[in-house]
Amino acid sequence: MEITIIQLFNGLSMGSILLLIALGLAVTFGLMNVINMAHGELIMIGAYATYITQNLFNDYLPASLFNWYFVLSIPVSFMVAFLIGWLLEVSLIRFLYGRPLDSLLATWGIALMLQQLARTIFGAPNVAVKSPTWLDGGFRLMDGVVLPYKRLFIILLVIVTLVAMFLYIYRSHAGRRMRAVMQNRDMAACLGISTRRVDSMTFAIGSGVAGIAGCALTLMGPIGPSLGTYYIVDAFMVVVLGGVGKLVGTIVGAVGIGVTGTMFEYWTNASLGKVLVFLCIVAFLQWKPKGLVAMKTRSLD
Amino acid sequence: MKRKIVKNLAFLTVALSVVLAGCGANNTTSGDPAPAPSNTGTNTTTGSGGATDGDEIKVGILHSLSGTMAISEVSVKDAEMMAIEEINANGGVLGKQLVPVVEDGASDWPTFAEKARKLISEDQVATVFGGWTSSSRKAMLPVFEELNGLLWYPVQYEGLESSPNIFYTGATTNQQIVPAVSWLLENRGTKFFLLGSDYVFPQTANKIIKEQLNAEGGELVGEEYTPLGHTDYSTLIAKIQQAKPEVIFNTLNGDSNVAFFKQLKDAGISADDITVLSVSVAEEEIRGIGVDVLEGHLAAWNYYQTTDTPENKTFVENYKAAYGDDRVTADPIEAGYDAVYLWAAAVEKAGTTDVDAVKEAAKGLEWDAPGGKITIDGDNQHIYKTVRIGEVQSDGQFQELWNSGEPVKPDPYLETYEWASSLSSSK
Repeated sequence: MEITIIQLFNGLSMGSILLLIALGLAVTFGLMNVINMAHGELIMIGAYATYITQNLFNDYLPASLFNWYFVLSIPVSFMVAFLIGWLLEVSLIRFLYGRPLDSLLATWGIALMLQQLARTIFGAPNVAVKSPTWLDGGFRLMDGVVLPYKRLFIILLVIVTLVAMFLYIYRSHAGRRMRAVMQNRDMAACLGISTRRVDSMTFAIGSGVAGIAGCALTLMGPIGPSLGTYYIVDAFMVVVLGGVGKLVGTIVGAVGIGVTGTMFEYWTNASLGKVLVFLCIVAFLQWKPKGLVAMKTRSLD
Repeated sequence: MKRKIVKNLAFLTVALSVVLAGCGANNTTSGDPAPAPSNTGTNTTTGSGGATDGDEIKVGILHSLSGTMAISEVSVKDAEMMAIEEINANGGVLGKQLVPVVEDGASDWPTFAEKARKLISEDQVATVFGGWTSSSRKAMLPVFEELNGLLWYPVQYEGLESSPNIFYTGATTNQQIVPAVSWLLENRGTKFFLLGSDYVFPQTANKIIKEQLNAEGGELVGEEYTPLGHTDYSTLIAKIQQAKPEVIFNTLNGDSNVAFFKQLKDAGISADDITVLSVSVAEEEIRGIGVDVLEGHLAAWNYYQTTDTPENKTFVENYKAAYGDDRVTADPIEAGYDAVYLWAAAVEKAGTTDVDAVKEAAKGLEWDAPGGKITIDGDNQHIYKTVRIGEVQSDGQFQELWNSGEPVKPDPYLETYEWASSLSSSK
């Protein structure tokens, strides 16, 4: 009984982490069709931004405030990744729209450059981020079932990020312009929308969300130059399974992979579990090539 | 359209050169002030061939300076450069200065083999110090045997190997894993959970541990492997909680350790509940994992930065003076440093850098290393080393809980252990 609850919670938790790392990609790849191989490195940038925030708190503020660095580091990570994403779009990505293969190679190159840059600035070894004490420990649901606060916090963070993104995309003027451009670029341009500005804004937001993911991941895993490479495959897996272009699909895809992944891993082992998950995804995509939630579109491509 | 492509290309080139320039600048500024030769790197090869060319002796250094293994191997390279520097300052070997030829194995095993061949045939170095992963060693081994070169390999490994052209200055299994298991059985409990990364070293190590548990009255309650780079350990920790082990023997390698220890602590399991003993977590790794999650857990090595010998005091001081106060020393770093001195001593004794003469002279050679007295075993070219088990303290250093008292004779094939007969016969 306990183990069922724990595993369900672990599955949900893994789903939330997957969702967080895939959300940014759902924007840059899903909405904009840029095969963004540098997505993992944007996550890495978010993680390093958190590391820097922590060090600044350590050096310049009284120890009593240290625990609050994490609250500040979330918007800081977002902003840093947002800015770098914006720079990338303006300087490179915008020349590559509609050329997926070129963008794949170019962003992969960017990823390698960012990794080496991180290695140059922070050194090759991992750095340590001390998690705030209010996230230590866990919530005791019943005997033998402890839900770690960090995992609960990440689930909460995902929900907040999702709500904010939904509000932005579906309830704000900027979001409406964004959807218009993604649906029919020429028509939107004719109606006086600056598609250039919308493009760079959208890419930057996707990057910023990746930064938030990086910040959250400092609670769970390693923080080093190659951090991004551990998550990039999972992120693409979630977006492709969920259906390119739909946020709802990404949510369902992430939670689905999280829950089935932990189940398979529990029944077999970590290596085999991953293989089984991939097998399921391949089989599923054979059956439904457009993913869980297919985008209805009138465009001819 | 065409102009656009040209513009893109131009931009890419500019961006690339900026990044490259950044890397280059870093090497010369923030890098290593004392051992200057490391900066000259491969450029030192320009002189004409011959290992003992005039008043110089060329030695090769072959580690991954880029790629995933750079994390660990750069520090070993630094220690080897420091040893060469020190030897040169004291008049060199046979009155000649050592000139290091540094090559980058790039975390890529075929590259290791290729660079090893280049060092021996083209640069004609007298010896090579290098390697870290077993895969890189296995890739270089045939090259050294074919060309009759000499390799000094500085890292603990899974044993069951003894090449006439390699000196192994790291621990073999009976100098690290086997005594650690015995100590755990005596002091921490008999229920073992084996956790490792899914590749050669952990699987071979666990095969040995399982035999030993059988023979010495331990109980195996679980055995799990995760892919290299695995980052979610929630399910595995649930399995551990169900299996209720008293000891986790951890052979995870690399970044997975960070995720595992962080999530273990979150699940409410501290060192008081279950002892975790790691064989791939040293002082360098502690800094990246975070002391708060590692405190109280154990590791088995032959050397710690805190090891109390007069040689170690000067070694740590010199290392910090050369590379910065925030750097730490660790077992493989010390083993790399030892290798250079052992080779130098063997050459002095042989009076030549000829490989066969050096090998002959190295037999039984003794040296007071930072980690205590070490002796080269002439039979298998491994080294007598003291085994030490340490506990992580709140300052990120180890406190030694136990040591073997005297250097342990290396036994790569575990021939002196009866329970290991099925393992060594399969060599």
